[in-house]
Amino acid sequence: MSSTKKHTLNPNKWIELYADYLFNYTITRVDNHDIAKDLVQETFFSGVKGQDNFRGQASERTWLISILKRKIIDHYRKINSAKGKKEVRMSFYTDGERKGSWIEECVPQNWANEAEKNIENDELKSALNLCIDHLPEKYRMVFLLKTVQEYETEEICNELDITSSNLWVIIHRARVQLRKCIEENWFNN
Amino acid sequence: MSKKFMISCDEATAICDKNQYGEASRWDKLRLNFHLLLCKHCSAYSKQNSVITKMLGNYLDTCDGSKHLSDEEKKVLDIKLHDVMKKK
Repeated sequence: MSSTKKHTLNPNKWIELYADYLFNYTITRVDNHDIAKDLVQETFFSGVKGQDNFRGQASERTWLISILKRKIIDHYRKINSAKGKKEVRMSFYTDGERKGSWIEECVPQNWANEAEKNIENDELKSALNLCIDHLPEKYRMVFLLKTVQEYETEEICNELDITSSNLWVIIHRARVQLRKCIEENWFNN
Repeated sequence: MSKKFMISCDEATAICDKNQYGEASRWDKLRLNFHLLLCKHCSAYSKQNSVITKMLGNYLDTCDGSKHLSDEEKKVLDIKLHDVMKKK
């Protein structure tokens, strides 16, 4: 081993050291206990099998997370091809004279109770979670990858085989729908 | 996106969304800001969009932190992992 600091792997300690960390990372992203557990398990297995590829530049934990991220993307891809898609509601006229303008009942209303002061509010948080759940699967996936997990645009496009303009259309529709859903469920009741 | 300066609400909000990630071009931002001067609906949208972005910044913290693997599950996982290590 060289004198510079090089990281090593010790799979015997993985469960003890990283199981909770990886599980937490996963559960916030897939929101299902069993799926999260499986993804963590697969990550450890791949880690053991791929030990030879570890070059010691990153810490053990970082390396495991990079494997896990890939597993999560794979999972998203699988559910993306599954059926049962929810509908995206349109908020703009798609043709005619008013093409591109707001449809009246979708026009943003004022959020009366000062949303900004309320962003720590628990009920608002659950309204947000609910609205995210109501996005069509593909929209939710792309939206969360981009917004919450902060993947690069290019990375998402490559992984999901979509163009960047596709991606921005999806983000746009997801956000328009999300805004409207939050308004309906939180601000105007 | 097209080269024209005047844009529709659909286009304006699309740019606004892109801008939440710091990925709108200067030209897009110019067109967006001009549109926002004229359009109160899109101005409202733009403000609320920022609020949503802020909320999502905390999204991961809001997810239930109490979920974890049980000791039982970890034991099972440990056994399986050692099997894989032996086969390696």
